[in-house]
Amino acid sequence: MRRRVAILGVGMTKFGRHSDKSLVDLFAEAFWEAFKESNIELKDIQAVYYGNFVGEMTDGAANLSGFIADEVGLKNVPAIRYEGACASSSVAFREAVRAVAAGYYDCAVVGGSEKLLTAGTGIGTRALATAVDSVYEMAAGLTFPGVFALAARLYAKEYGIPLERLREMMAHVSIKNHKYAAVNPKAQFYGKYGDLKVEDVLNSRMICSPLTLLDCCPMTDGGSAVIIAEEKFAKDRVDTPVYVLGTGQASGGALFRQGKDMIKAIPRRKAAEMAFREAGIQPKDVDFVELHDCFTIAEIIALEAMGFFKYGEAGYATLEGRTSIDGELPVNPDGGLIGKGHPVGATGTSQIYSAVKQLRGQFHGYQVKNARIAMTDTLGGDFGTLVEIILGVE
Amino acid sequence: MSSIPTFVEFFNNLKEGKLLGLKCGDCGAITCPPKNSCNECGSRSLERVFLSGKGTIKTYTITYVAPAGYEKEAPYAVALVELEEGPWIVGRLDVDPKVAEEKDLIGKRVSIFAKELPTEPFYPDKARRIVPYFKIEE
Repeated sequence: MRRRVAILGVGMTKFGRHSDKSLVDLFAEAFWEAFKESNIELKDIQAVYYGNFVGEMTDGAANLSGFIADEVGLKNVPAIRYEGACASSSVAFREAVRAVAAGYYDCAVVGGSEKLLTAGTGIGTRALATAVDSVYEMAAGLTFPGVFALAARLYAKEYGIPLERLREMMAHVSIKNHKYAAVNPKAQFYGKYGDLKVEDVLNSRMICSPLTLLDCCPMTDGGSAVIIAEEKFAKDRVDTPVYVLGTGQASGGALFRQGKDMIKAIPRRKAAEMAFREAGIQPKDVDFVELHDCFTIAEIIALEAMGFFKYGEAGYATLEGRTSIDGELPVNPDGGLIGKGHPVGATGTSQIYSAVKQLRGQFHGYQVKNARIAMTDTLGGDFGTLVEIILGVE
Repeated sequence: MSSIPTFVEFFNNLKEGKLLGLKCGDCGAITCPPKNSCNECGSRSLERVFLSGKGTIKTYTITYVAPAGYEKEAPYAVALVELEEGPWIVGRLDVDPKVAEEKDLIGKRVSIFAKELPTEPFYPDKARRIVPYFKIEE
């Protein structure tokens, strides 16, 4: 018999550059914010679920979970580090939810931290590329922007969209997400790039053609944390628990093994179907989405695979404003990875941070009106680890 | 059932101009580069076969920002090629990046060969890095 799981509190650091803080410090800062609004005592927390992708390469740090637990005074509780590339803390969140639902714990903390901006572009790009096939893709020097650049050209060809037209659609993803990030105080680009034009995106520095700098999320340092508990425990402590309605996860192999199916993101479709089934809802019931826009094309592919638009149509939907804050499905109202930043291991739980604040009507930035159901989507690797989470308030 | 070629064996063959694949005894699909199970049906009934080394460009990108260890090679064009026998494979395009940027190369016929480039600390083969290259057939 599964128990209902709720979120009590959420926290995240400002995303950006934190060269004076360690991975442990960044987690701790986010943790205290989540702890403060959870109305619990430290002794209530029975386990720590921590997401981090490349601490070894950026900070020479691998054995992190015990240190982060100890840092915040959580003595001797089980603490586990999860690695699922860019979806690390979403994988950790889903595992924590399952443990609480199953009755192993009543209350647990989930979070993540990562430091890619301080690491610099060369190390950062190499670290992110550890998510591609280490032999058969890395031999050719395939990078992460490269993966999505390959997907972009394939998408244009397969759906019969001229590449220049697709680049315009992609530019609108960047314009939209930067606009929302510019008013989100936690975002890396807070106060910046709020009024981009298509030409700004097209003419910014080429990273991996056809993706320019403004088609890409930035390198980011940051941390995030979420405290979850069993329903009754949560209701006794907070006024507005946010419930985990459903989760889904799926896996896939290397990009080249997926062939032309890569633009359909089949593992994402499977994970989304699993989450919708568990929540007992359909895509049309979702009020807004925080999804994995690591690159502009990634948002378009995600919207289709999650089931919100037909394959080949999300770019047109973006142009028509259907994914804007006042459209039928607001997408990435917190600025997404593109505007808010992408401290990889912290990204999943930062999406949950934004979703929870929105559902409580407390979001600083573009607040989605009357939102009851939110969905988060986090992608790890080249469509290798997909996690979908559906949250709701009563 | 043949043994599954290691990546070193695969690249050694490629260096000699031979593209090593695996043919499935159950569904007939070809898997390349090697893998422990058929990429289509998951069967372990796999036999070694040499492939034609010819295929078609399905998509590509020119990388301007390279990872640490690869900076000297940038800009370089990475492509996904669909081999005649079905599988897709990653490699570099043996073309001037400027040409790859100006022309639409998708659909061009290519043949595969190999070049040896410097390895780097995180690449699994610490001795060398053999890179599949695609030459466009006129």
